[in-house]
Amino acid sequence: MSAISREDLVHLARLAHIEMGDAELDKMTGELGVIVDAIASVSEVASSDIPATSHPIPLNNVFREDVVGQTLSIDEVLLNAPDSDSDRFKVPAILDGE
Amino acid sequence: MSELIHLSASELATKLHSGEVTSVQAVQAHLDRIAEVDGAINAFLHVNAEEALAVAAEVDAIRAAGGEAAQALHPLAGVPIAIKDLIVTKGQPTTAASKMLEGWMSPYDATVIEKIRAAKLPMLGKTNLDEFAMGSSTEHSAFGVTRNPWDLNRIPGGSGGGSAAAVAAFEAPLALGTDTGGSIRQPGAVTGTVGVKPTYGAVSRYGAIAMASSLDQIGPVSRTVLDSALLQELIGGHDPKDSTSLPNSLEGLVAAAVEGTAGDLTGVRVGIIKELQGEGYEPGVQARFEESLELLKSAGAEIVQVSCPNFKYALGAYYLIMPSEVSSNLAKFDGVRYGNRVLPQEGPMTIERVMGATRAAGFGDEVKRRIILGTYALSAGYYDAYYGSAQKVRTLIQRDFDAAFEAADVLISPTAPTVAFELGSKTDDPLAMYLNDVATIPANLAGVPGITVPGGLSEGLPVGIQFLAPAYEDKRLYKVGAALETLLEQRSGHSFISQAPSIDAATIGQKG
Amino acid sequence: MANYTDELVDFDVALEKYDPVLGFEVHVELNTKTKMFSDAPNAFGDAPNTNVTPVDLGLPGVLPTVNKTAVEYSILIGLALNCQIAEKCGFARKNYFYPDTPKNFQTSQYDDPIAHDGYLDIELEDGEVFRVEIERAHMEEDAGKLTHMGGAAGRIQGADYSLVDYNRAGVPLVEIVTKPIVGAGKRAPELARAYVAAIREIVKNLGVSDAKMERGNVRCDANVSLMPKGAEKFGTRTETKNVNSLRAVEHAVRFEIERHAAVLESGQSILQETRHWHEDTRSTTSGRPKSDADDYRYFPEPDLVPIVTTAEWIEELRARLPEPPSERRKRLKAEWGYADKEFRDVVNAGVLDEIEATIAAGASAAVARKWWMGEIARLAKAADKEIAALGVTPQTIVELDSLINAKKINDKIARQVLEYVLAGEGTPSEIVEKRSLAVVNDEGALGKAVDDAIAAMPDVVEKIKGGKLQAIGALMGPVMKATRGQADAGRVREIVMEKLGL
Ligand SMILES: [Mg+2]
Ligand SMILES: [Zn+2]
Repeated sequence: MSAISREDLVHLARLAHIEMGDAELDKMTGELGVIVDAIASVSEVASSDIPATSHPIPLNNVFREDVVGQTLSIDEVLLNAPDSDSDRFKVPAILDGE
Repeated sequence: MSELIHLSASELATKLHSGEVTSVQAVQAHLDRIAEVDGAINAFLHVNAEEALAVAAEVDAIRAAGGEAAQALHPLAGVPIAIKDLIVTKGQPTTAASKMLEGWMSPYDATVIEKIRAAKLPMLGKTNLDEFAMGSSTEHSAFGVTRNPWDLNRIPGGSGGGSAAAVAAFEAPLALGTDTGGSIRQPGAVTGTVGVKPTYGAVSRYGAIAMASSLDQIGPVSRTVLDSALLQELIGGHDPKDSTSLPNSLEGLVAAAVEGTAGDLTGVRVGIIKELQGEGYEPGVQARFEESLELLKSAGAEIVQVSCPNFKYALGAYYLIMPSEVSSNLAKFDGVRYGNRVLPQEGPMTIERVMGATRAAGFGDEVKRRIILGTYALSAGYYDAYYGSAQKVRTLIQRDFDAAFEAADVLISPTAPTVAFELGSKTDDPLAMYLNDVATIPANLAGVPGITVPGGLSEGLPVGIQFLAPAYEDKRLYKVGAALETLLEQRSGHSFISQAPSIDAATIGQKG
Repeated sequence: MANYTDELVDFDVALEKYDPVLGFEVHVELNTKTKMFSDAPNAFGDAPNTNVTPVDLGLPGVLPTVNKTAVEYSILIGLALNCQIAEKCGFARKNYFYPDTPKNFQTSQYDDPIAHDGYLDIELEDGEVFRVEIERAHMEEDAGKLTHMGGAAGRIQGADYSLVDYNRAGVPLVEIVTKPIVGAGKRAPELARAYVAAIREIVKNLGVSDAKMERGNVRCDANVSLMPKGAEKFGTRTETKNVNSLRAVEHAVRFEIERHAAVLESGQSILQETRHWHEDTRSTTSGRPKSDADDYRYFPEPDLVPIVTTAEWIEELRARLPEPPSERRKRLKAEWGYADKEFRDVVNAGVLDEIEATIAAGASAAVARKWWMGEIARLAKAADKEIAALGVTPQTIVELDSLINAKKINDKIARQVLEYVLAGEGTPSEIVEKRSLAVVNDEGALGKAVDDAIAAMPDVVEKIKGGKLQAIGALMGPVMKATRGQADAGRVREIVMEKLGL
C-alpha cells in the first residue's frame, strides 16, 4: 500500500468536489500520508475467509408499507434554499457556457 | 436558587413532582447559570430561553391543575436538557458546528427530539461540538472552542465537548450526545460526567446528522448514572424511520441503575481488557483504574483477564470505515438545496465549481481531511485493501467481544488514555488526536454499548472508567456503573462532581 | 474529438463487414403509491416540489426506509424475466455529484442485485424468436427533474441556469440489464425495438408500472458495438442514453451501427462514451467520455439492512404472476383461429387486448379483427393516434355488428355510425334512430328504385341478361342514390335478378 501522492490528492479532491489551493494540497498530502501508513495495518489480518461486517447489529427485511405520509409544504421545501425561482431550486449552469 | 443547578435530574424531578420547585424556576436557574459562565466555557451555540420557559410553564400549569394530565406527565417532565447541535430541531438553528449550516433551520424534528417534546423536557439550547462531530477536543468547531470546566485551558473532549461541559458546569442537568467513536464517552471522561453509548440501534438515529451511519449512536450525558438511565429509557425504542433501529425497546435500565446503587456486585464477572491498559495510558489514569478494580472486587465482583487481540487493528479499521461513510454522508452539503452557497472567485460559474467552492469554504480542515481519506478508501483499486479489509477487521473485533463476553459479564478499561490535555496541544497532529479514541472505538465497530463513569482525579483532573457490555445488555452497564459511582462516593464521602472547581466571575477572569 | 466523423456507412454495407453487439439497460419506474425510500407520493404531473419529504430533499439527519411493495414488484419483474431471485441482497450507494440527486449518491444495488441470470424470448415481427439473456435486474431510485433555462430549446448546452424539481427524486426504479446480445446481425435495430416493447408489455401486464414511455416510465440506454465478422472480441461500445420511444430505440441502434462502421472504416477507433439521442435529427451526439470521474465508490448502504427472500415469499409472489404475454399470445391465436400473418398483424398493431375484450363482449373473432384492423385502424391513422387511444369500446362494435346482422344497417352505414359514436352522439342504436339511418327494406320503395334504374340503363340490363352478372354493380349506384345509401346491397341484387327473371 502506497501513500497518497499529490496527483492522487488532486483527483480525490475533484471526486469529492472540494476545491483546493496549492498550499492546502501540499499540507494535506503530507498529513494523509502519515494517516494512511498508520491505518494500513488492517490488511494484515483481513484474510479472505473472514466475512465482512457492514452492519454492527444484524437485522433483515425491515420494510415500510406502501402508504403515503406527510409531505413538506413548498415554504418548508424552499425555506433554506440558497436560490430558487418560484417553486423550484435554482442552480448555475451545468455545462460551461463557452 | 443556585442549589437547583446542583441537583441531579432525578433529584430535580422529585422536587418538581412534589411541587417544592417549579419547572420555570429550574429552567430560569439554568439560564442564569448559562448567562454567568457560558461566556467562558462556550458550551452553547444557541440558547433557547423563550421556548424552554414556555415548556416549563406548561408543565407547571399541568402539574398545578392536577388530575389525569398531571398523573400522565413523564417523570422527567420539566427537567431541562441541552441538545448536541448535531441533532435537528424545529424552531432552533442546527449547525453541526459548521459554517456550511450556519443559520440552517430544520423543517423537521429528530425522533429523539419528538420524544423529548412529548415528555415535556424544556430544551435549553444547542451545544457545541467538533464540526460534524469530527474530533476529540471540540477544537474543530467553526464557532470557537469549548473549555473544560475543570480547567479552562484544557479541552472538554470531543466531539461532544459542549454537552459534557454544559453538564459538568451545571448549565444543564442532562444533555444529548452522539457517539461514533467515543464522542459521548471521551468527553464524559475528561469532564467528570457520565455518558452512555447505547447498543447500536437502541436509540433512533433519525434526525442526528450522520457522520458514519454504521457507527453513530445518540446517547445520554448526565452527572449520575441513574440520570443517564432515565434519559436512555426516554429516548430509546424502535423507530420505523430508522431501519437500523432495534425492533424492541431495551427495558429495565433505570431498575438496573437503582439496583447498582446498593453497591453489591456479588457474582458479577468484570473482565479487564489486556489490550486497553498499560503502554500509552498515563500513570495517573492507570492508578485510578486499578483503584476502581479494587473497589469493584470489594463489592463482590469477580475480576477476570480477557484478551482482545484484534483491538490493535480497531483504530485502523475505524479510520477507514468512518471516513468512507463520512465522504458519502457529507456529499449532500453542496449548496443546492440548503446551506451557504459560495461562488468561485474566478473561472467558469458552473454548478460543479459552485459545489467545489461551497464545500471548500463551508468545511473545516478536519472534515476535509476525512472526506478525502474516505474518498480514497472507497475509490476503485483500493476498496478491497482498505474498506473491504476494515469490514473484516470489524468481524474480528466482534469475535473478540464474543469470546470476552464468554468469560465476563462486563468489560472494563480506562475510557481515555489521558486526562484532558491543553487546548491547542494536538491540533497540528491529527494522528495523535485520533489516538484519544483508542479505547472507545471498539464498541462502535462492534455495536456494543459502553458507559463512562468518573473514576477519580489525576492531577486535579477527572479520569473516566469505561464499562462495555454485550449488545442489548445496556442494563448491565447501568448496574455496574451505578455501583462504582456509589462505591467511590462512599469511600470519599462526597459526590464526585462536588470536587469540581467552582466557576465564577473570578475564575473566569483568571483563566478564561 | 479524435474519432469524430459525420459520415455514416450504409446499414447494409456495414452489416456485410461487421457484427453488431447490443446491450440494454432499461429503467422501469414502478407505480407504487410511495417512493422507494420515503413515504412521499409517487405521482406524475403534480406541481414542482410538492411530493417531497425531508428524505427526498436529502436534508441533514434523514434516513431512508424501504418500500415493501417496491421490493415485491421488483421480484415480480425478476420472475417474469425468468431470473434467479437473490436469497440475500442489499442496497449500495453509488456516489456522484449532480444537482438532481439530493444526497449526491444514488441508493442502488451493486454486486448483489435482487434478480439475476434470466432470459426473455423476443418474437420479431415475422415470428422469429430471439432469446435475450438478462444479466440482472436491480432496485434503485430515480433522480429529480432538471429544467434548463436561458439557452436554446431547454437544452443543457448553452443554458444559463437550471431549475430543480425533486418530485421524481426517489421514485422506485428497476434497472434491467442484458448480457451482450450477439448474432442479431441485420435484425439488430428491429430486435432492439422488440426487446424494449417486450419489457414494456411485461411490466404493464404485471401491473407494476404504468409503462408509458412518453412519460419516462420505461427508459432505455442502448449499448452498441461492432466487431469484424467472425471476430470473437467485442469492439468498443457506446451507450446512447434515454432513448424514449420504441421507434427511437430502433433508429438509435441503426444510427450507431452506421456511425461506428464509418469511424472504423476511416481507420479510427471508437471512443467509449455516452451518446445523446436527438429525435429531431434522428442522430446521436457525443456526450461525456468515460473517465476516471466515473469512480462511483460503491459501498454497502449502512442505513438499510439486507433483504432475505424465503422460498415461501417467492412462491407467494410467483402465484401472483399473470399469464406471460408470449404464452397468452399462443393461446389466443389458437382460440381465435387467425392465420399466422393475421395474428402477427394484430400483435404489431397492438390491439390484442381490444380484440380479446370485443370477443368477450360477444363478437366473433373474425368480426373483432375486421373492425379493429380495418375501420378503427384507419380512423386512428387519420387522427395520428394509437388505435387503443381512439376510445372505441367493445360494446360499440358488438352493437354495430348486431345491427348489421339484423340488416338494420349495412357495412357502409355502420362505418359512418362509428364516426358519430366517436363524435359523442351516443350509442350506435341511438344514432341510427336519431339520424334515420336504418336500411331501406321497404320492398315497394326498393322495387321502384330498381325499376327506375333498369329503365334508365338499358345497355347495362342487356349485359346482365347476357350473363355478365357483375354489371349489376352499375345499377347499384342509382339505386343507392335514390335511397340515400340506405339500401341493403344484397337485397337490391336479389330484386334485380328477380325483375330480370334470372
Ligand atoms: Mg446504468
Ligand atoms: Zn440505473
